[in-house]
Amino acid sequence: MTLRFSRTILAATAAFALSSAALHAEMAEDELNINGDTPIVTKAPAAAHLEGHLDEVYSGWLFRTDDTRAMEQDDFDNPIMIYAEKGMDNWSVADGSEGKSCADCHGDISEGMKGVRATMPKLNAKGELWSMEDYINDCRTNRMGAEAWGWDSGAMHNMTVALSVQSRGMPVNVKIDGDAAPFWEKGKEIYYTRYGQLELSCASCHEENYGNYIRADHLSQGQIQGFPVYRLKNAGVVSIHNRFKGCIRDTRAETYSPGSPEFHALELYVASRGMGLDIEGGGVRP
Amino acid sequence: MNRHVAWAALAATFAASAAFAAETAPMDVKFTDAGEVTDSLTGQPGDPAKGAEVAATKSLGNCVACHVVSALDAAFQGNIGPELNGAADRWSEAQLRGIVVDAKHTFEGSVMPSMYKTGPFIRPGDGYTGKAATGDLAPILNAQQVEDVVAFLMTLKEE
Repeated sequence: MTLRFSRTILAATAAFALSSAALHAEMAEDELNINGDTPIVTKAPAAAHLEGHLDEVYSGWLFRTDDTRAMEQDDFDNPIMIYAEKGMDNWSVADGSEGKSCADCHGDISEGMKGVRATMPKLNAKGELWSMEDYINDCRTNRMGAEAWGWDSGAMHNMTVALSVQSRGMPVNVKIDGDAAPFWEKGKEIYYTRYGQLELSCASCHEENYGNYIRADHLSQGQIQGFPVYRLKNAGVVSIHNRFKGCIRDTRAETYSPGSPEFHALELYVASRGMGLDIEGGGVRP
Repeated sequence: MNRHVAWAALAATFAASAAFAAETAPMDVKFTDAGEVTDSLTGQPGDPAKGAEVAATKSLGNCVACHVVSALDAAFQGNIGPELNGAADRWSEAQLRGIVVDAKHTFEGSVMPSMYKTGPFIRPGDGYTGKAATGDLAPILNAQQVEDVVAFLMTLKEE
C-alpha cells in the first residue's frame, strides 16, 4: 500500500516534471508593436547560412516575462528612452575644436541616420570592420576635433541608443560576403569555440539550449538586434560588446575587451544570425 | 614545547601527503572506451550527504543549475541536462563517476563542464573575473567531492 502510494506520487511527480519541461521550452505567443504603430518582426525563418543550425530565429524579447515584454511595447514604459532622448539632444550640440555638432553634417537624426543601425557592423573605406561606436568616434575625433568617447561611457550609450531608435522596425541588413567574409568567418569560429574552464561556446547555450533554463535564467538565441538594451539587472544601458564580455566571463574564461578585433568579428557573425529580424531600437532585458 | 609543535606539524604533513598520494590527479584519471571511471579517485567511500550539498550549492558542483534533482531542496532547478531522478537505476557507479569527472568521454560534444579537469582549456580565466588565470587551475571539485557526488547520485533510485 505504502509502496503503491509512493509510486503514484513518483509517477505524478514525473508527469509534472515533464509538463514543466515542456513549459520551459515555450516562448511567449506575443507580437511586438512599439507604441501601437511600429510593428517589429521578432520571429522569422533563419537565413540560408544557418541551415543545419537553426530553422527559425527569435528575438530575445520572446523569452522574457510578461512584465519585461510589456515595458518594450510602449516608450513611456521603456527606461531606455531616457537615454535615447539624451542622445538626440546631444545630436545638435557642437563639440570639439571645429565647433560642429552631428546635425551640422548629418542633418536631422531621423532622416540622416535612418537604417544605419541595421547595417552595423560594417567595413569602413579602409576595409576595417567598424561598429557604430567606431563611426561615432571617427566623427568626433576627425571631423569635430573632439575627444573620443569610451566604448561603454554614458555619452556613447546615449548616442548608440538614439541612433538605434532611427532603425526601429527595419530588418537586420549586414553585409557578410566579399571583403566582409574573412571577418564573418572569424566571428563564426569564435561563436563555436568552447571557452574557459566551463568549456562553453556561444552555441552551447544559445543554439543548442535556447528555451531551456540555467537555474532561473531562460536562455534565448542570443540575438543582438535589440541592442543596445536597457538591462534591468544593471539598471542601465548595455552595449553588444559588453554583453559578449559578460557571457565569456561566465564561462570562467579570460574575456576579450569591448572594441577588440575579436568582438567586432563576433558582432558581425551574431548580427548575421539575426537576419530576418527587425531592429528593436532599445530593447528591455532582465 | 617547540619540539612538540614541530613533530605535530611534521606528522600532519605526512598525513596530508599520504592522503594526496592515494588520490588520482585529474591528469591521471583513466577512462574506459565508454567513458567510465572504474576506480575511486580517493580510495575512500563517498559521503552521500556531503555529495547532496555539493550538488545543490552554487559555488561547488551546482548540478541543479542544469539538472532537475527532486531530492534536493533548491529552487529553480535547470533543464539543460537530463533529470537526475532515478540516475542510479540507469547508470552504474563507474559510469556516473566518468560523467561527473568529464562527461565528454561518455557523451561526445556534451555541453556539461568537466568537474575534475585542470586543462587544457581555451583562454582559462581567473574564476568569474574575466581576467586571465594567474596559475594552474584547480578542478571545479576536488577528488573527494567527486566521490561524494557519485555516492549521492547512487542514492537516486526510483525502482
